[in-house]
Amino acid sequence: MSLRLSRLTLWCVCLAALALCLPACGPSAGGDHPSSRPVLHYFTWSDYVGPEIIQEFERREQVKVVIDTFSSNEELLAKLQSGATGYDVAVPSDFMVAIMIQQGLLNELDPQDLPNAALIEPHLQALPFDPERRYSVPYLWGTVGIGYDSAVIPAAPDSWSILWDPRFQGRISMLNDQREVFGAVLRSMGQSMNSTDRPVIEAAKERLLRQKPLVKTYTSDHYDQLLASGEVVLAHGWGGPMARAMAERPSIRYVVPKEGATVWADCLVVLRTAPQKRLALRFINFLMEPEIAARTSERLRFASASRPARELVSASTRDNPAIYPPVDQLDRLEWMKDVGRAIRLYDRAWTELKMR
Amino acid sequence: MGLFFLVPLGLVFAISFASRGTYGGVVWELTSANYLDLLHPLYGKILGQSLWYATITTVICFALGFPLAYVIARSPARWQPIFLLLVMLPFWTNFLVRTYAWMILLRHDGLINRSLMALGIVDSPLDLLYRPTAVVIGLVYGYLPFMVLPLYVAVERLDPLLVDAAWDLYASRWAVFTRVVLPLTKPGIIGGCILVFIPSIGSFITPDLLGGARSMMIGNLIQHEYLVVRDWPLGSAVSFVLMAIVMAAVLLYYKTASRSDGRLEAR
Repeated sequence: MSLRLSRLTLWCVCLAALALCLPACGPSAGGDHPSSRPVLHYFTWSDYVGPEIIQEFERREQVKVVIDTFSSNEELLAKLQSGATGYDVAVPSDFMVAIMIQQGLLNELDPQDLPNAALIEPHLQALPFDPERRYSVPYLWGTVGIGYDSAVIPAAPDSWSILWDPRFQGRISMLNDQREVFGAVLRSMGQSMNSTDRPVIEAAKERLLRQKPLVKTYTSDHYDQLLASGEVVLAHGWGGPMARAMAERPSIRYVVPKEGATVWADCLVVLRTAPQKRLALRFINFLMEPEIAARTSERLRFASASRPARELVSASTRDNPAIYPPVDQLDRLEWMKDVGRAIRLYDRAWTELKMR
Repeated sequence: MGLFFLVPLGLVFAISFASRGTYGGVVWELTSANYLDLLHPLYGKILGQSLWYATITTVICFALGFPLAYVIARSPARWQPIFLLLVMLPFWTNFLVRTYAWMILLRHDGLINRSLMALGIVDSPLDLLYRPTAVVIGLVYGYLPFMVLPLYVAVERLDPLLVDAAWDLYASRWAVFTRVVLPLTKPGIIGGCILVFIPSIGSFITPDLLGGARSMMIGNLIQHEYLVVRDWPLGSAVSFVLMAIVMAAVLLYYKTASRSDGRLEAR
């Protein structure tokens, strides 16, 4: 008995010693350990960066990059609001940048550290959510529109009204995103997609209720496969996945309706709590390097915000309207804004749409 | 251990009486507005639909699970672990992946439609995916093992001699089942039904992926309020209402079950 007890005590002592050792030899997230390489924590969308690009930065700067991913802007915000620290660089979308600035989550950027960020496209230089680019650098951008199968619909649909055409019953997919779906309808009604007007939102809901019998599915993540397999012939969604569908089924085309649509930009930001602020700026500058930005754009099939990158990507990428929105479309595009408490109006209308 | 459950639960309860800040997040202004909002008939409809889906799923799981559990429990002892392993095998793969597999099976150019067309049973592909039926298929598939395992334990404990005795006393097939087998396996049946019913009512992946997000179950509503609208107070209120209803249903079930037990013994 006493032997067992003493053996137990020994184990306890060993465990305690181990526990004491662990924090000392564990990964030092701050990179303050002199012999270890500094670590940069990058918080981004899943599948949003090429591993070889990260490796190149690691080699060049003699650092280590740790990537963590999120699947929605809301998830990113929720994680940061609940006190997650240790991240250096994140990639929120336009409206979320506004919220994060408002919430004091971002660090101001020094333009002197970011020479490549000065080379961005003229129309992205003064965006409504951060006009002087004090907190954010536009990284990738694009539009929301309609992907369609030109083998079934030979004449290019130039209006959102095609999504109400009974000929395509059961062959339409819409995004499973209340703001984007309402945005499309509001634009088709000649309204702003950021309307907070109750009667306008109600009218939009009525239109969506009329459309629902035609909709096969509301999905935000596999409409490219549905288009490519021919299961749907019209899909409401982001340009990048439409470009992927085109690669699999060449008859797929993409249009931004004449009534207007969403333009979005994912932006690089440095978090206020970032342990590696200087390294974070070097990382952003690296990602905006024209050649790196062009490679990212080719890989992800989204337009790069870097002006010189537009010249470096292949012609097939540059001329694909699903990837690089044509410049003459810019004036009909609108930025999504946070609508504050009016979100409950959208939310109630969206729930009613789903339950009818 | 109790703290582990009670602290998060208490937090959710507290948040359900707070308000949503303009940019999401929680503002500690005490209000019952979240619960009053839920009085809208829309939410009653979501709840009703979820209860309906969960009930159908439970009934089908029982209808499929009972014979399966019976066969496994009455098969040779050396085969039983293998059969049970086969029942549990799907759990080794992530539920999301298995749900995607069902999407591939049910698609227009999926295995089921292609086989039906090759056999000449249908001319054009059936619309299987993005229908309520697909949701029920997904739920039954996902939760059937939860029904089979407790039923197996119950049937295994059931003394075959009692069934033989009923036969010897000229009980009809139906009478053997309802007066001998069912009462004796009741704990397993109740356990299985609860284990299937509760996760089905709160599921949100299945209605989104297999149902095409064309309607909402209460799980979708909670997920939507928490993750999309960032309205944690409303999401917490919905969670609490759901929890209260499930708890009431389970208590009611136990109560009626124990009462009918008493009646049986008195007979």
